Amino acid sequence: MEPLEIVEKIKEIFPAELLDTKEFRGQVSITLGKSRILEICGYLRDKPDLHFDYLVDLCGMDYLGKKEVRFEVVYNLYSMKHRHRIRLKAEVSGDGPAIDSVTPVWRGADWHEREVYDMFGIVFNGHPDLRRVLMPENWEGHPLRKDYPLKGPEKEWQGFIEVLDKAERFREFEWHD
Amino acid sequence: MEHIEDIEKPFRTQELTISMGPQHPATHGVLRLVLNLSGENVVKCTPYVGYLHRGIEKLGENRTYFSALPLSDRLDYIASMNNNVGYVNAVEKLFGIEVPERAKFIRTMVAEMGRISSHIVWLGTHILDIGATTPFLHSMAQRERLLDLFEILCGARLTVSYPRIGGVRNDVSQEFLDKLYEFVLEFPSNMDNYETLVTENRIWKHRTVGIGVISAEEAINWGLTGGTLRGSGVDYDVRKYAPYDAYDKVEFDIPVGKNGDCYDRYLVRVGELRQANRIIKQCIENLPAGPIMSDVPKLTLPPKDMVMKDMEHLIHQFILITKGPSVPEGEVYMGTEAPKGELGFYFVSDGTGKPYRMRVRAPSFVHASVLPRLCEGGLVADVIANIGTIDIVLGECDR
Repeated sequence: MEPLEIVEKIKEIFPAELLDTKEFRGQVSITLGKSRILEICGYLRDKPDLHFDYLVDLCGMDYLGKKEVRFEVVYNLYSMKHRHRIRLKAEVSGDGPAIDSVTPVWRGADWHEREVYDMFGIVFNGHPDLRRVLMPENWEGHPLRKDYPLKGPEKEWQGFIEVLDKAERFREFEWHD
Repeated sequence: MEHIEDIEKPFRTQELTISMGPQHPATHGVLRLVLNLSGENVVKCTPYVGYLHRGIEKLGENRTYFSALPLSDRLDYIASMNNNVGYVNAVEKLFGIEVPERAKFIRTMVAEMGRISSHIVWLGTHILDIGATTPFLHSMAQRERLLDLFEILCGARLTVSYPRIGGVRNDVSQEFLDKLYEFVLEFPSNMDNYETLVTENRIWKHRTVGIGVISAEEAINWGLTGGTLRGSGVDYDVRKYAPYDAYDKVEFDIPVGKNGDCYDRYLVRVGELRQANRIIKQCIENLPAGPIMSDVPKLTLPPKDMVMKDMEHLIHQFILITKGPSVPEGEVYMGTEAPKGELGFYFVSDGTGKPYRMRVRAPSFVHASVLPRLCEGGLVADVIANIGTIDIVLGECDR
């Protein structure tokens, strides 16, 4: 199915949710509100002529100072059967960012959502195990946010301080005794 | 008599928690698994990743499109060529530039070399993990030959950065093609040798048949790709479904498994090795003549000899390196078939010379997340077989 036909289908069922459609280099992205995202994803997977069974990728976006709504969660979907793809983008506001988890629809969303939580601080409601995945548990801040510095944290990470302490203690060890 | 009574009492058992990794030879890198064991059985398996996190996505946002290319080498460091090909293909799609035919064939050829060098490491180490020590050094010898060829091609063995946005860095030499052709002709008989050692081996089959079974629907739902998915019987291959480079001009088959167990995934990858060899052979035989870089003034780097002679090219070079190319605003997702699975790059451009967002869809990250599903309910020894068979590289997983 052509991407624009898919957009029409979504428009029919969820008219209030569809905010914007953009096409670039033959790829269509749809901007949606976040409130019914789980329902929309379930519809896209289960409708036989859409059949988006494969969640290619799920990632976060930070439009700090560029757009009114700060965050977006991007879903790249593909159908193995019909070989068509679509990109969904759900807007998530900047204060207390939270959105429904799509793990009930695609099991593979599990770690992707953990990564978005880790990197952007977006909370996924209904996620089975929402922890940081790449950064250490006690890390402060969310690295892929645009206001997170690329270099030079003012405070060293606690885990690294412990490693340095340990190295210092072993240096003092008298090996000759 | 008391002793006998002691023996007759039921044994006290308790669940044991062990941490496997991050420094464990069978975890293929710094993967840590926390296993809850009841005897030999795995009750719960929790993977921990991130030990190799270098923030490649964040670094990519702060570099121009040209200087972010070497970052992609450091993803899957066993097959850096495939990462480069994935990166440049995505950027070219964003820029909207067409690549010359010769460059497409060269890229296809070197990407398949990368696939062989990655799969052959997988073959050696996976077999070694399970207990057959012989094929390891033999397969490493084959990889060594490929790395030597990479060295002839571009001077680097591991982190090659050979493809360029709009083509490739330099043309292939006749010496390179001759040596590669020699390799290609010998390779099938070498593969036969390794297969004689394991494929029909009884111990090997006992260790892999029926282990870590995942059905086709479930595998798609988990987002598995590459050999891990094809082992379950789905013929999804980006090279066939959405051809890039010269994959629509070469002939190859997609090996597909049936049962979705470790043995089928092994067979699929061994089949892929032979198919990759077939693609390289066709690329050498049908290599067209012509330019190796497309010449789009404000988007691709100008040829070096012209930069030295011509004022205009020098200006282009200077602006491209300092400010970056002038890219249209938009966003593009492009997936390529890396040895581990679908490697995708998602670029969001805001019209400046640096990507606003560079997202890497790493197959190893997705495959590592499926480990609890494969391991729970099995034996400890099968954990090793499962890790080997989903073929993850932690550099790519952690980015």
